[in-house]
Amino acid sequence: MMMRGLWKLTWIEIKVFLREPLGAFGTIGIPVLLFVVLGRATHLRVAPSSLAASGVNTASIPVLVSLLIAISAVLSLVTIISIYREGGILKRLRATPLRPQTILTAHVMVKLLLSAATLALMLMAGRRYIPPGAHVPWFSFTIALMISTWSILSMGFLIASIVPTARFAQPIGAVILYPMIVVSGLFVPVQSFPPALRVVARALPLTYATSLLRGIWNGDGWRAHMGDVAALTVLFLLFTVISAKVFRWE
Amino acid sequence: MSPVIQVTGVRKTYGSTVAVAEASFEVNEGEIFGLIGPNGAGKTTTMECIEGLRKPDRGAIAVLGLDPFREVYKLQERIGVQLQQAQLQKRIKVWEAVDLWASLYRKKALDGERLLEQLGLSDKRNAWFMNLSGGQKQRLFIALALINDPEVVFLDELTTGLDPQARRAIWELVRGIRERGKTVFLTTHLMEEAERLCDRVAIMEHGRIIDIDTPEGLVARHCPERAVVLDTEDAAAGERFQGIAGVESVTSIGKRFTIRGRGDDLVSEVIHCLSESRIRVTDFRTILPNLEDVFLKLTGRSIRE
Repeated sequence: MMMRGLWKLTWIEIKVFLREPLGAFGTIGIPVLLFVVLGRATHLRVAPSSLAASGVNTASIPVLVSLLIAISAVLSLVTIISIYREGGILKRLRATPLRPQTILTAHVMVKLLLSAATLALMLMAGRRYIPPGAHVPWFSFTIALMISTWSILSMGFLIASIVPTARFAQPIGAVILYPMIVVSGLFVPVQSFPPALRVVARALPLTYATSLLRGIWNGDGWRAHMGDVAALTVLFLLFTVISAKVFRWE
Repeated sequence: MSPVIQVTGVRKTYGSTVAVAEASFEVNEGEIFGLIGPNGAGKTTTMECIEGLRKPDRGAIAVLGLDPFREVYKLQERIGVQLQQAQLQKRIKVWEAVDLWASLYRKKALDGERLLEQLGLSDKRNAWFMNLSGGQKQRLFIALALINDPEVVFLDELTTGLDPQARRAIWELVRGIRERGKTVFLTTHLMEEAERLCDRVAIMEHGRIIDIDTPEGLVARHCPERAVVLDTEDAAAGERFQGIAGVESVTSIGKRFTIRGRGDDLVSEVIHCLSESRIRVTDFRTILPNLEDVFLKLTGRSIRE
């Protein structure tokens, strides 16, 4: 029963999304461009062979851009959900035998697929900025990004529940999500944070996403990151339970 | 005929705001039933409780024998809904919306392309929702409400914001729905719409149903006043009109006379008097009260205020 309409709705949402050039470019194009630009900048300054020796973490840029992919997917979800709510689209869909969870699942699937597609584009477009010696486990990395996105999306539903109108969706989402990158441990290790900030970092999905993505990019096995996956799952469940309580359909 | 919708003592509040104070009524199979009243009277809330979209605080509702809230998915399979001020995805194509809706129901849906053709939307099948006119959007919403061949169709403020021509076209469509044996439940704040379309109407104000009947029944009960306006040069006419049974007042300005009275017989009595006294008239018309007058009388204010 849950499945009735799911594939068709997902497919229509993908088509509808791609028909809006600005939104599609913002979500897919910007992370890819950013990766190419950042990759180019570091590539020109440092010879690839000396990158590892120089102490620069070669995973930083792909992980940063991956986080941006996840965040722009979540921001896009927050915006779409709030527009759909304001326009009565969610309500109209509910006045059918569609289950509410089917509607939301379709949106999650669209965002996961778009994230995977963006990542693939990023890896293709930025192929030559990845050091030739580095073996990128692209399949595992894609899975890691999808797990991260999926967990952060649940936070997106919570944000979508609290934004008052569609106009505020993008800015409020951005203000909540982007600072999370700063405390995610990507630039400064979480261990070196003051205790209070460390607690905050531990409660946010981006921290675990960073650890997972960086580890997988650097060739760690999944077993070394089961803790991250577990944390992302727990946070997903927590945010989903809260969202289910406070989510507004209209 | 058994009632398709039974509403008993429904009440719905939002915080301290009482949207529906008390509503009880029945809708019979195969009729067009209208819930009429000004904006904010509680019509939409009442309808959405019946559709299973809201849970009433008190009272009982049965639609096709189902509890709309507990058995909402079973109910949705059998009803068609058009919501007030609803939108679709801006860039969804007309045929995609119909195709999506057709896939949501367990039973076989109607032929979407044929439905679009019947609603005059065939040449718009590839258009995006955002590029449709108001009337086209409403026709698409009617298509979505009919795609599962529902037993009861709910239409909430269907023609609000449409021009008179589009409105008339939509009325024809709604009559067509009834002719297919469906029950139609609609809300409107347009008295003309209710008068022309509905078999029975319930007047709602401040969350309460004030009265329920056919439009004619309501007019006869609450506004029995009739008036005849005629032009005649006959100087003795005024006196003759005074003598007609049931006449309450006769006023005249120049050659124009206004004869007021009560009851359906007034008009024929006046005509009888004219022919009997051989009064030559150059103009003749009747002023009959309508639902608008009933509403004014029952609520003490015009629905447009």
